Amino acid sequence: MGTYLLIESRDPFDSADVERMYELAAGLAEHADEVTVYLVQNGVMPVRAASPASARVRELAARATVLADEFSLRERGITDDEITEGVRPVPIEVLVDLLAEPGRKVMWH
Amino acid sequence: MATITLALMDPPYETETTTTAFRIIDAALRAGHHVKVFAYEGAVNLTMAEQAPHANPVKGTSVEEEQHPTTKDWAAALFRTYPGRIEWVNCGLCVDERGAGNWIEGPVRGSPKEFAAWVEASDNTLVIPAK
Amino acid sequence: MAKRILGIVETAYRATVEEQDDTVLWLHHMLKNNGMDVSLLLRGNAVNYAVRGQDPGGLRFGDLGVEHAPALDHDLAALIERGVPVYVVDEDRQERGIPATRLVDGTRPVTRRELPSLFETFDQVWHW
Repeated sequence: MGTYLLIESRDPFDSADVERMYELAAGLAEHADEVTVYLVQNGVMPVRAASPASARVRELAARATVLADEFSLRERGITDDEITEGVRPVPIEVLVDLLAEPGRKVMWH
Repeated sequence: MATITLALMDPPYETETTTTAFRIIDAALRAGHHVKVFAYEGAVNLTMAEQAPHANPVKGTSVEEEQHPTTKDWAAALFRTYPGRIEWVNCGLCVDERGAGNWIEGPVRGSPKEFAAWVEASDNTLVIPAK
Repeated sequence: MAKRILGIVETAYRATVEEQDDTVLWLHHMLKNNGMDVSLLLRGNAVNYAVRGQDPGGLRFGDLGVEHAPALDHDLAALIERGVPVYVVDEDRQERGIPATRLVDGTRPVTRRELPSLFETFDQVWHW
């Protein structure tokens, strides 16, 4: 049924549309073989467990693989112990590996 | 190894996508992939030859002390470091309307025709849009 | 066989003073001209592109005017005429209070729930 990589660069504090993309990711996960959401830039803002917004990220992580860009986290001073459950920090090389996978549909938001 | 096409739209410095785009391109090249960059809209300004670094009066540093590359320097570095594995097209109409016709060695003038051909020939395409 | 591409347009009204009007719609028109199998999905504020009767005419700065204002509804109609399917996310239209009867003829409504199935019919999905 297909594999997907959704790269989310925006955060829900600034963009109401991020909720639509989380919904889309969850909807794709019902149909697809595998869905990975790669949070980058301000897209990592809601991963702090102390933020109420992280609840939505945890819900998403229960349906899809949720990765957070290590550089984006470090740039924002978000340490590993602050990150909510289900989100895995990874280097940009992981995004490239996913992008290079044959047939994976890739969308940047 | 894969051939990956990227379409970029943002001009230098106005959003973080410029930084992330260069990170992805560099990581892909380091991994041994071939990368084709279609610079559309404001992204044609990324390789303008007249970009110049400047001193920083807030930090009190001179141009030499700052040693801060501009985006054209990063693009040139990619061509220099990964010869033969990166191609870069600046969309011609976008170049014309922005007066961005003088660019560094490496990129060439092109059009959606080149982008279309690259998409068909590549293993995958990543579009990084302007907001 | 050409790859089947779905281009998603979300950002709207960014390029009013640029010659191509909306540069993503324009690019897809050019890609179609170059033989690509492209379709469009309008979501978010871009659903408004399908509204008939948009009028950005009359822009003037000093002694210089924009003689050929954007006509995005006509651009979409031309794409549809060329055989490019144009989908519109129905909930986004409704949230913006746009009656279905105000849309350019030939657009295809799709619900958010239907998007995954729609995506499956394409080789690549680009989110502009």
